[in-house]
Amino acid sequence: MTTASILPEGWELIVGLEVHVELTTTTKMWCGCSTDFGAAPNTNVCAVCTGQPGSLPVANARAIEDATLLGLALNGGIHGRCWFHRKNYFYPDLAKNYQISQYDVPLVHDGHLDVEVEVADGAFETRRVGIERLHMEEDTARSLHVGDTGRLHGADRSLIDYNRCGIPLLEIVSHPDIRDPETAQAYLRELQAIVRAVGVSDARMEEGSMRCDANVSVRRFGEPLGTRCEIKNLNSVRSLGRAIAYEAQRQVVLLEDGVAIRQETRHWDEGKGVTETLRVKETVTDYRYFPDPDLVAVVSPAERVEEVRARLPELPAAARARLVAAGLSPAQAVTVVGGGSLTVLDDAIAAGADPSTAANRLTGEVAGQLGAEGITLEESGLTGAHLAELEGLVADGTLSTKLAKQVLASVIDGRGAHGPKQVAETEGLQQVSDEGELRAIVEQVVADNAGTVAAIRGGNDKAIGALVGQVMKATRGQADPRKTNELLRAVIHG
Amino acid sequence: MALSEAEVRHVARLARLALTDDEVAALAPQLSKILEYAEQVGEVAAGDDVEPTVHPFALANVVRADERRDGLTRDEVLAGAPATEADRFAVPRIVAEEG
Amino acid sequence: MADPTPPTPPTSTTPPATDAAGGSAADGALTRSTAVALAARLRRGEVSAREVVDAHLDRIAALDGVVADGPVWAAKAAEELTADDVHAYLAVTADAARAHADDVDRRRAAGEELGPLAGVPLALKDVLTMRGAPTTCGSRMLEDWVPPYDATVTRRLRDADVVVLGKTNMDEYAMGSSTENSAYGPTRNPWDLDRVPGGSSGGSAAAVAGLLAPLAIGTDTGGSIRQPAALTGLVGAKPTYGTVSRYGLVAFASSLDQAGPFARTVEDAAQLQALIQGHDPRDSTSVREEVPDLLAHLRDGIDGLRIGVVTELQGEGYEPGIAATFEASLERFERLGATIVEVSLPHAPYGLPAYYLIAPSEASSNLARFDGVRYGLRVDAPTAEEMNAATRAAGFGPEVKRRIMIGTHALSSGYYDAYYLQASKVRTLIARDFAAAFETADVLVSPTSPSVSFGLGTKTADPIAMYLNDVATVPASLAGNPALSLPAGLAEAPDAPGTQLPVGLQLMAPLLRDDLMYRVAWAFEQDLGFDPVPTGPRAVEVAR
Repeated sequence: MTTASILPEGWELIVGLEVHVELTTTTKMWCGCSTDFGAAPNTNVCAVCTGQPGSLPVANARAIEDATLLGLALNGGIHGRCWFHRKNYFYPDLAKNYQISQYDVPLVHDGHLDVEVEVADGAFETRRVGIERLHMEEDTARSLHVGDTGRLHGADRSLIDYNRCGIPLLEIVSHPDIRDPETAQAYLRELQAIVRAVGVSDARMEEGSMRCDANVSVRRFGEPLGTRCEIKNLNSVRSLGRAIAYEAQRQVVLLEDGVAIRQETRHWDEGKGVTETLRVKETVTDYRYFPDPDLVAVVSPAERVEEVRARLPELPAAARARLVAAGLSPAQAVTVVGGGSLTVLDDAIAAGADPSTAANRLTGEVAGQLGAEGITLEESGLTGAHLAELEGLVADGTLSTKLAKQVLASVIDGRGAHGPKQVAETEGLQQVSDEGELRAIVEQVVADNAGTVAAIRGGNDKAIGALVGQVMKATRGQADPRKTNELLRAVIHG
Repeated sequence: MALSEAEVRHVARLARLALTDDEVAALAPQLSKILEYAEQVGEVAAGDDVEPTVHPFALANVVRADERRDGLTRDEVLAGAPATEADRFAVPRIVAEEG
Repeated sequence: MADPTPPTPPTSTTPPATDAAGGSAADGALTRSTAVALAARLRRGEVSAREVVDAHLDRIAALDGVVADGPVWAAKAAEELTADDVHAYLAVTADAARAHADDVDRRRAAGEELGPLAGVPLALKDVLTMRGAPTTCGSRMLEDWVPPYDATVTRRLRDADVVVLGKTNMDEYAMGSSTENSAYGPTRNPWDLDRVPGGSSGGSAAAVAGLLAPLAIGTDTGGSIRQPAALTGLVGAKPTYGTVSRYGLVAFASSLDQAGPFARTVEDAAQLQALIQGHDPRDSTSVREEVPDLLAHLRDGIDGLRIGVVTELQGEGYEPGIAATFEASLERFERLGATIVEVSLPHAPYGLPAYYLIAPSEASSNLARFDGVRYGLRVDAPTAEEMNAATRAAGFGPEVKRRIMIGTHALSSGYYDAYYLQASKVRTLIARDFAAAFETADVLVSPTSPSVSFGLGTKTADPIAMYLNDVATVPASLAGNPALSLPAGLAEAPDAPGTQLPVGLQLMAPLLRDDLMYRVAWAFEQDLGFDPVPTGPRAVEVAR
């Protein structure tokens, strides 16, 4: 799915993304309340985050540092001096009816992300998406809409829980540099990987700790920018791609019919696969931003910024480059780094595993089993050392590919309590490659299956498969298939 | 500047104040007069070399450590609420979408 | 909270105190005493904290217009108040005050080391939160709101064992200069019960001037401590911005609000300010610098100090009696050995216009939280939006609405630069003017208010006439400098020949030099010998 395939000839898609990331600090942005997800309603609250008259905010040092770290990871510049502004608007999920945010001078300016977009099967292209700014703000309370639909529309009342109100939030605004859904998806995935790599958030879209809005417009090539619509409720990378494609096509159909696009906010309906009007922006909302007089400037001297920069871990792009140099395919590198298995792979390589083979196992069998069980790699207990040990057992012929898979499954079943070698020994999952032992079994099978042997000798070479099966059965699958084949031929053909 | 009644209504909407027609009629000239008085600040030459003051002291980097501190109990925080339901603050149907 | 155990008699080894004037609980001498003198008698065991509190409660019950019943006495409804009720208090926390006093007496008897003002009663402006009693801010919006936490100022007072008698009346959300904007009826000036006590901290001023408390806390945004102090013959100080925590002070204009003391003497005010000032990690704008010792050099005199007379804060607009008293004050300073120098704050005339953009702008945002969702009033309506708008329409009075409207407009798209931003730049220029003036003068002086106390209802129809009360006090607010008003004498009311009313003198000092301001004030006070007990045909009743 590329631009050429989703829009008629001559049309261009323009997308910019606004991503919100909730920081995993211990406490909220302006008060000492816990940020724990899932606490009973209105229990992680205090005078500050419920906007009690007279209460005052004090900034969380860790949140500012995390924001700086992420800004540097996104190749941004850090403003030496920035402020917090109040964004004034009334909404019940805002405890003060203003949100403390940043306005004309955000903490981070002018960053970019280089993302890998698959342009053909296995072929990747690097595309740069500019980042206008990253700024600090606070999350809003959670509203429960009571009524038939469970959504705001159609509810007859709303119930507010301020536990989430005041959790530190970063808003990352891209330039409208994105021209196709795949790049948008790659950008979001890359951003998620970077956020996790620097460790400032778990960035889980399904839990709302990472949220994405897309600004979508279309134009005929060479023409000025078209009217854009903002799409909300994008709860996964997949939704983002689908919503952009749908919205772009919707706009082109209207424009080709001579209907102007209204500037509006639209809601992505994942079930129906369509965007729907949420509200029309009649006038630009007047947020009456002004510097928050309860807060003071955030000053970031250059040497302080460099101290933070020194704490940056290896970022996904660098990791991918390193893995490709180590022999992985670009697709493998993207999967490993994006899938969160880099640490395990690095450990496996350090313990002597072949990078490409270990990566294959991680992105193949391991990923498959984790997916089936619904657990994370971390939860599986599988380590890089396990992986290296397993590859060692395969390489020295102790385990067949099939047995390796069984051993791996057992290691994961035991959540890594026992390593592959131990599992193979205790479960007796060793390949029978001892020639003497195997030859005896082969000779017995040949003796028991005179008819089949005669057919093979008569030229029906394919029939040998049945005998291999017999040997396998006799060894409970532990025979080395290659060696079995060789021995059978040797015995039959003498 | 003189504020028209339409402008008064616009500002009241931003400020979320339900004003009666009488209040709007009374406020338009009052606010106009106050603004006219306040507009004297425009007589002062204050170019880009004059930084606006937000605080008498140019404080910076006032922060707290990321450490938990006891807040209020749910009962304490809900005690002042005009309406509650299911341990939450209850409000009538919200018409406008967020933000 | 105060100790909830039932009151027990003090177990002091000294016999129960009897007083020169008769020794009854309603003893006039106890309520006329300064805070420092009361503290000394308490320390010596001549009187118990409970007796001091009871004397004040009795006087409040007799003169203030409260329903003296139950653990917390409520003020009478506005329509039931008489022209002789001072109406300084909105709520009197009688039980808690008695219990706290008993606790102080018990601990003193046990030999515990107590603070310098331990056992001395105080009136707290109803804009500072205190558990156990409503904090209304003079507004219908918060009529029944009992805050779930204590303001830092409240906590510091309790830690120092100052006994809070109750919460005082004020202009709604501290917006006003006469206390007539209270939703609960105006406070009356103890010097003339037909006149205003100034505002917005008029309740705190009237409590101290009316001998209903020896001390009070007010808040000052553009003059809300200094102007009422001037109109009621008291000492009232706005400390350097950031030296007294704003945590728990319900915000009017955050960059200007500052709590400070009211007292009948300079030393009392200095003692009280010393108790409440100092860094608070809960207030990001709290200064970290060492706050000055206000008492160490209080009595050093002013010989050789340079007193700067601000050209722009005198002349036209000031009543003749105010001008004459000011001239006499300058002569007094010279007699005391100071040098009078003329200084200019060229941008001071733009202070009031700038203030009436900045303060409403901040207020429009600060008061947005009163929406009927989390606390306070709610007017039911079918939708949340209508509920918010109806609640705010019913909960806020006319002056608050005006300021919210002005502030919303001043911040709105297309107007921000000309209004809020330009006013914030003027603020910078005024701060620069102050810094320059303090190169040639140690402190600056001006009249505090352009007029003496005016009659109730005489300025309510014209907002700008009311705003002009702040013309001399606003510049120091914008610059953040400490400023204090102290009595400079009495002057005749222009509208009532023969009626003598207090006149205030404003002292302004460099940032963080509150000590200097108090030192100059003390020298002036000692020389003047002003009697802060109200006199006059319509003055509050005082036992003499």
